[in-house]
Amino acid sequence: MTAAPLSGAPARNHIAVAGLAKRYPGPRGLVTALDDVTFVVPEGSFCALIGPSGCGKTTLLHILAGLIEPTSGTVTMPHPEPGRLVTAVVFQGISTFPWLTVLQNVAYGLRMIGVPLDERRVRAAHHVRRVGLWAFRDAFPHQLSEGMRQRVSIARAFATDPAILLMDEPFASLDEQTRLLLQDELLRLWQDTRKTVLFVTHSLDEAVRLADRVLVMTASPGRIKTDVPVPLARPRGYREIRRDAAYGLLTARLWDELEAEVVGAWA
Amino acid sequence: MGVTGIRSDRLLSALSPIGFLVVWEALSRTGVLDARFVPAPSTVLHALAGMTRTGELPYHVAVTVRRIVFGFALGAVPAVAVGLAMGLSRPVRALLMPLVSAIYPIPKIAVYPLIIFYLGLGEASKIGIVALSIFFLVLLNTMAGVLALEPAYFKIARAYGADARGVFATVAFPGALPQIFTGLKLGMGFALIVIVGAELLGSDAGVGHLIWKAYQIFDVDTMFAGLLVTAVLGWVATMALDWVEQRVLPWRA
Repeated sequence: MTAAPLSGAPARNHIAVAGLAKRYPGPRGLVTALDDVTFVVPEGSFCALIGPSGCGKTTLLHILAGLIEPTSGTVTMPHPEPGRLVTAVVFQGISTFPWLTVLQNVAYGLRMIGVPLDERRVRAAHHVRRVGLWAFRDAFPHQLSEGMRQRVSIARAFATDPAILLMDEPFASLDEQTRLLLQDELLRLWQDTRKTVLFVTHSLDEAVRLADRVLVMTASPGRIKTDVPVPLARPRGYREIRRDAAYGLLTARLWDELEAEVVGAWA
Repeated sequence: MGVTGIRSDRLLSALSPIGFLVVWEALSRTGVLDARFVPAPSTVLHALAGMTRTGELPYHVAVTVRRIVFGFALGAVPAVAVGLAMGLSRPVRALLMPLVSAIYPIPKIAVYPLIIFYLGLGEASKIGIVALSIFFLVLLNTMAGVLALEPAYFKIARAYGADARGVFATVAFPGALPQIFTGLKLGMGFALIVIVGAELLGSDAGVGHLIWKAYQIFDVDTMFAGLLVTAVLGWVATMALDWVEQRVLPWRA
């Protein structure tokens, strides 16, 4: 992986992926998970990534997070800076350590990048407050609801002040109402910080509500099929956006792109 | 479970030992049990009181406790380290597992003569046999604890920049700690069995030695007293480990 300096011209690309492929050995020879994936995400933009199940969305995100190595292709992201992570990930499902308190979970990333204890405490406390969990700062994850645990996970990501936020279907295991509230919270946090976000989801509604652009992936092997801009005004309150005709047209447009892929993956 | 539920549980668990002693005492006093072979609990307590006054009992108990504590520390610390390494690394596991599987089932008391041969009749051999008897139990439990951890925890750690040491200290060790405690508690039972056994065979002090010495002069009261002390030692040790566990693992629901 190569890296580009963080300082430079405004609105530069924060993530540049070119010709990315991932193949891994399967029971019947090499399986191509990703094939020639190319896209850019400009700094400060919110980009959603949708695609049929098993298209390699999570694989792509794991490559960006540095958890796995691509077979070929390049990923260009900002250089690391002291006290900050280049990428912070919010995972789906189990996303907190059960043996750490809320505050310790939020401080985890800071601890791993060597932020001194005093600063770590202040920064973690700030982010615990911002997700409204200050009253639960000393609670353990098993004492919280699933939605609260996901807020802890989001606070941990923001606490590391990452250049890029990678979110892997973070709300997939939540009920609809909790999901809406967490989308509100994420939008509010994002509006304040304007982090570059890559948000993997299988929900068309979620993609259109949150993102500036939606990248649609093909079924296996995963490639970027289309790049759909979402020109809806912000802030995007649930009621307003649902009444907006453009919202319906956009989700329908995305389904036009996606349906063939999903049906294809089914057969 | 409510507070009243916990309270009635405690009451019930006190009932069986007390009831057992009452029946035993009654059988002794009515002459159903021959006092030459099975002394009454009151006689055993009397013998215990006498030995406590002379300082004989506290001395032997202290010797045994000291051997267990040192043996535990000597066995558990490397067991946890090796267990974590085996849990975290497939090659380390492949390398060491056959050896562990082969040595684990050997009754450790059978190794005692060899240990005496190497370490002599002094404290080293007693501490050594305790360490050996708990080592594999703690190791296997630690390894199982790491292997049972959700892969998601390791993924989170790595995504947030944890290196090998960070994963070890923030995921593997705290995550395996409940299982490590299971190993320690099982080990405590084995440690008692083995140390008292070892003291019977070749020692000039300790609770096992006390029982053996009493046998040689057919002092049945003291033999029973020794057994009672062993039981209490095991019970207190388990309580102590439970107490530590509750403080170390507040995150366990």
